[in-house]
Amino acid sequence: MNEESIKQIAEVVARYGANQESLVEILSDLNAQLGYLTQETIVEVARRLNLPQSHVFSVATFYSMLNVGPTGKHVIKMCEDAPCHLRGGQEVWQALQDALGIKFGETTPDGQWTLQATSCLGLCAVGPVVVVDDEVIGHVTAERIPEILARYRDEPSGGAA
Amino acid sequence: MIRARVMISGDPVSMSLGADEIKLAIEAELAFYGLEDEVQVGFVGQLGRLDVLPAVVVYPEGTLYGPLRLEDVPHLVEEHLYKGRIAESLLAPPNVLSGVIARLPAREGLLRGQERVVLRRAGIIEPTDIEEYIAYDGYFALGKALSEMSPAEVLQTIKDSKLQGRGGAGFPTGLKWSFVAGQQADKKYIVCNADESEPGTFKDRLILEGDPHAVLEGMALAGYAVGADEGWIYVRGEYALAKERLLTAIQQAEAMGLLGDNIMDSGFSFHIHLHSGAGAYVCGEETALLESLEGKRGIPRVRPPYPTVVGFRGQPTVINNVETLANVAPIILRSAAWFKSLGTERSPGTKVYTMLGDVNITGLIEVPMGITLREVIAAYGGGMRDDVPFKCAQTGGSAGSIIAPELLDVPMDYATMREHGASLGSGALLICNVNKCIVDIAYVVMRFFETESCGKCTPCRIGTLRMSELLNRLRHGQASLEDVSMLEEMAQAVAKTSFCGLGQGAPVSILTALRSFREEFEAHAQGSCPTGVCPMKTEPPEVIVRRGYL
Ligand SMILES: Cc1cc2nc3c(=O)[nH]c(=O)nc-3n(C[C@H](O)[C@H](O)[C@H](O)COP(=O)(O)O)c2cc1C
Ligand code: SF4
Ligand code: FES
Repeated sequence: MNEESIKQIAEVVARYGANQESLVEILSDLNAQLGYLTQETIVEVARRLNLPQSHVFSVATFYSMLNVGPTGKHVIKMCEDAPCHLRGGQEVWQALQDALGIKFGETTPDGQWTLQATSCLGLCAVGPVVVVDDEVIGHVTAERIPEILARYRDEPSGGAA
Repeated sequence: MIRARVMISGDPVSMSLGADEIKLAIEAELAFYGLEDEVQVGFVGQLGRLDVLPAVVVYPEGTLYGPLRLEDVPHLVEEHLYKGRIAESLLAPPNVLSGVIARLPAREGLLRGQERVVLRRAGIIEPTDIEEYIAYDGYFALGKALSEMSPAEVLQTIKDSKLQGRGGAGFPTGLKWSFVAGQQADKKYIVCNADESEPGTFKDRLILEGDPHAVLEGMALAGYAVGADEGWIYVRGEYALAKERLLTAIQQAEAMGLLGDNIMDSGFSFHIHLHSGAGAYVCGEETALLESLEGKRGIPRVRPPYPTVVGFRGQPTVINNVETLANVAPIILRSAAWFKSLGTERSPGTKVYTMLGDVNITGLIEVPMGITLREVIAAYGGGMRDDVPFKCAQTGGSAGSIIAPELLDVPMDYATMREHGASLGSGALLICNVNKCIVDIAYVVMRFFETESCGKCTPCRIGTLRMSELLNRLRHGQASLEDVSMLEEMAQAVAKTSFCGLGQGAPVSILTALRSFREEFEAHAQGSCPTGVCPMKTEPPEVIVRRGYL
């Protein structure tokens, strides 16, 4: 683990406090900054909070917003719970898988896209909803998928985190 | 002098649709006409009309425009703010409701006397400005309690009001508080449950985004009543804007001495902290929430002891829903008798619902307890979309009951619904027309529970998976009549033997659906889907297990 990563973790731990109660928030913050939590990150957080590594890992794998494996450059989240489903969510779900050639839970081989299933995001009033890198897109239809993906595909790398 | 106010919807959906640019454009246009000192522009949490985002409300008239495009801004500013007439072409359609849902005028004859309690400020005040909250009676209740009432009087007022918890179960709030007030302990806590993750429910998010101080004031009053000096808000991880608004609100209230040490020189101190979740529906269950708050996996604890005895950090703790807490200040300010004049005798007050599905207008509504589903659909939903008849509704999110047309005229309050074998739950109303398939709905609902089961106990961990598999087979015409009976038995077993409310609530949709729509399940077992929704006669796809440990 390089100096910079250690410093980053130290900063986050300092912000929330080096105690067990802050663990979920520390991991969320690191996850948001890094995209996912590496083994080294988990070990370092455990060391700083004086917690067993197994505890930190078990928490990291419990919450759906935390990733313990690499994700693609763009993460697409979609909810397919009842309100979205009844408005055509299933077709959108299928269209996303077809367009990217992967299933939900997978990342494209070129590392560009990750598809994640999520539970209702409370945005059902404009469902079906797709969230691309924290940007909410409402009233999505299967036909709009290519256009939506193209928007992100063209974005030059190194843009906003 | 400010003569008009332009409020732009600032919720995440509007933001994603360019609300920011619209605000900048409005400001630029106002500057062009030299109106920048007369017209105030700001964001507002939510408007109640989610079908017209991004939207703009112009006060004092309360005219609602939307969905608004950037290119509409010049016309809007010129017509309404410069020339002073309504920009007809930009008005939000359909014009069934005057203004926004949150400000619906009383509808004579159709509905009983209406009064907004929880949403009376949402959509009107700028939620990031504490002065607007104060100007609208904000922190008056806290001031009144601290200067004129003893903690016991505050507690008694809440008891007398018969306020019931709005988190789902309808537990009497005053009673819950009295359990904590009666304990001798060095430290007690007030926890606000803002983990809202029930599919179709987002009322708490809109309350927090639109009127965050209302919840803070309710928490402080609860703290005063039970003898707690610390509060924690557990916010769902995804609710970024709600979190931001809460943080701002806490800072502003502390800066003005309305929260923190020695509030208003009364000697009473109350500090509020924020804690975010990281995505887990089960963390809405109060004991799982406490585990998560303590930095662990959100696995429910054994009850008893209840959190009122052994709660956060092992101390007596009140856990209340966002909407419950938002009701507290109005009751203290106005009186228990006033509160009881709203709603029904057994469930006074109002209820905030999110209405979704096959109605003309979807969105957030606040209605008196005891209103019927039929009235809600007609008066607020603008009727069924395209006049396709009503088939069923699911009240209360995924853990809620499937309501058949027979129950359309049942007054919706906690007790009455329970008597009819249904539940009011969290406040989601998912309205379905006759083109929707009951088996399909039941499957999607069960898939949610299967995903969200925490895995602690077997009935829920395995039962939800088996029920969702079976329903999926039924959707594909690959199940028999015996399977339908087995589904029912399994549902009963899981409801009875699961450890926490998640597993106990998971089979409710199946059991209530079977009660009214059994033939439809049986038709699937015999090879046909009456509505043609299901992918019958195809192989069921591989089950995607979204949990790592199975
Ligand atoms: C699986 C499950 C999820 C729940 N989710 C929530 C929730 O998101 N928000 C909430 O206020 N209550 C939720 N509850 C209910 C809480 O356990 C608790 O009863 C409630 O917060 C008490 O507040 P109240 O008395 O003000 O209603 C949930 C219960 C269960 C079993
Ligand atoms: S019922 Fe489900 S969510 Fe509750 S403890 Fe058991 S497995 Fe966990
Ligand atoms: S059901 Fe999809 S956001 Fe709620």
